[in-house]
Amino acid sequence: MELFFNPFDNLLCILLGISFTVWFTLLLVFIIVPAIFGVSFGIRRLYMKTLLKIFEWATLRLERGAKEKNHHLYKPYSNAIIAREPTTSLEEEIKEIRRSGSNKDLDSASEFEMSDIFYFARRGVESIMDDEVTKRFSAEELESWNLLTRSNYNFHYISLRLTVLWGLGLLIRYGILLPLRVTLAFTGVGLLVFLTSLIGLLPNGRMKSFLSEKVHLMCYRICVRALTAIITYHDSENKPKNGGICVANHTSPIDVIILASDGCYAMVGQIHGGLMGVIQRSMVKACPHVWFERSEVKDRHLVAKRLSDHVQDKTKLPILIFPEGTCINNTSVMMFKKGSFDIGATVYPVAIKYDPRFGDAFWNSSKFGMVNYLLRMMSSWAIVCSVWYLPPMSREEGEDAVQFANRVKAAIARKGGLVDLLWDGGLKREKVKDTFKEEQQKLYSKMLVGTQEDRSRS
Amino acid sequence: MGSSSSSLNNVPDGQQLMQETGFSAAHLLRLYERFKFLDKDNRGHLRSEDFEAVPELSENPIGDRIVGAFFLPGQETVDFSSFVRVLAHFRPTEKNRTRAGAQPEPANSRNRKLKFAFRLYDRDRDGKISRTELLQVLREMLGMQVTEEQLQSIADRAIQEADLDKDDAISFDEFRKSLEKVNIDHKMSIRFLE
Repeated sequence: MELFFNPFDNLLCILLGISFTVWFTLLLVFIIVPAIFGVSFGIRRLYMKTLLKIFEWATLRLERGAKEKNHHLYKPYSNAIIAREPTTSLEEEIKEIRRSGSNKDLDSASEFEMSDIFYFARRGVESIMDDEVTKRFSAEELESWNLLTRSNYNFHYISLRLTVLWGLGLLIRYGILLPLRVTLAFTGVGLLVFLTSLIGLLPNGRMKSFLSEKVHLMCYRICVRALTAIITYHDSENKPKNGGICVANHTSPIDVIILASDGCYAMVGQIHGGLMGVIQRSMVKACPHVWFERSEVKDRHLVAKRLSDHVQDKTKLPILIFPEGTCINNTSVMMFKKGSFDIGATVYPVAIKYDPRFGDAFWNSSKFGMVNYLLRMMSSWAIVCSVWYLPPMSREEGEDAVQFANRVKAAIARKGGLVDLLWDGGLKREKVKDTFKEEQQKLYSKMLVGTQEDRSRS
Repeated sequence: MGSSSSSLNNVPDGQQLMQETGFSAAHLLRLYERFKFLDKDNRGHLRSEDFEAVPELSENPIGDRIVGAFFLPGQETVDFSSFVRVLAHFRPTEKNRTRAGAQPEPANSRNRKLKFAFRLYDRDRDGKISRTELLQVLREMLGMQVTEEQLQSIADRAIQEADLDKDDAISFDEFRKSLEKVNIDHKMSIRFLE
């Protein structure tokens, strides 16, 4: 019996060994080496084109199948459920209500009417049915299906071919792509920690900065491949320079990797514990990043001072900041916090727009933890995005930090094709401040009381 | 394999609600998605905190009152049927709808819309808007922007105009009469996008 099994075992071992070696060589040649030198074989773009064709077919098949079975295909509402009047002012709307209700001469009767409540009631119910803000905090809904059940609302058993395709997709994503990507991720992060610690031993000087730049770029590029991120950079002549601040819209933690694989930045953030902390501590050995202890984060002056010290030193790298303060689902840009715009440095705005057809990059931190999120990212098809470097902006005469921030925000929203919203991203977690309610009350009271004063005068 | 609310079957009491409220299947589906979206913890019903999570509602001076209109007296939660029944008041009125005699009045009739607005004023539901209740609403809509005297005088004038039987309160009939000529349908209706 033993004689029978021996050659079999040997064969198995040999096969395993060979496949392992082949696997690793392929990995090295096609992924890691190009990452080191910053070249690309174009494999990923080919992959992207093929995928798009498959998705189109899948969506058509879905729609056809739904029609055959007479199911109501749910078209996800991407923008609005209800028709909202173009924003007429409070005054106009209330006057209109009154106009229809009385024969009296309007000017002398601009006082409280019982019908005024209609305006507020309707606005309120409209907000309940559909509002601009809360839908920015959940993932964008797609028009076509990308073979991921997580982004599908219509998936019933439509046809054998579609199901087989989905199953195949599942196998490829979890069986081949995920292990590959996890390996790459570990390689990338491991190399980063190891090499930056090594460089940290060198004395400060040109050689050190040069090497640290190369090492950072290389490791970030490996991480980019670990996510199969296909990035198109536009207008690279506007890339941030030393002594400046780079601001970008925030959709996920991956934004950092995307930007940092094309240029060197000084990161800003709070020191974490665990693996994150290890990475942070080793990165700062190679080149100066701005890490804060937890206690220091509350102290605004301290934060501002450290940032402005950093930008004033022209040998240090440009700072990378995400002024929204939280992850938004990449359909809009929310209010920028004014802190970074107050420092007086040149601002280099960057717009990042993800293509949601391949995998939704938005991190809904209330729904998924970081690890869960990364696994989802690594088991998507790919992350496709465009990065636009906008020309630098500085604060103008007579402009305060908030106005400057809004100007930058508008530029980013315009370039990236995102909706520019005034709302604060912090609304994801906190409630609206009472000032907004006061605004409405002020407008209404001006209408009523303003007229009363005139009346008493006449 | 997979599941979704792509059919009305997933909506609780779907068919019945369609009949009652007059919403089409597509609209009802949309509203159900919205309901589930607001119901962040997946409880199957909404509490006032879920409503308060909508920032635009917090900006509305009578936001709390509107939220209150969804809750039946004594109840702390709103299920989907109640949610839709309230929203049905805001459907545009159909022009040529013929009604069989025994059918109950549709939610979006002029009368029902007026009743909804009346209830926003008349919080204790005693059928009359008392002076106190009117003052309360005015205070909410105007906040700290007017003085107590101004508030009183506005309330005085409003009651004077509408109160026909001189009981210092506005009943539903008086309310309806004072709004005879107002185009309620236009101002208290919300259109769905197709």
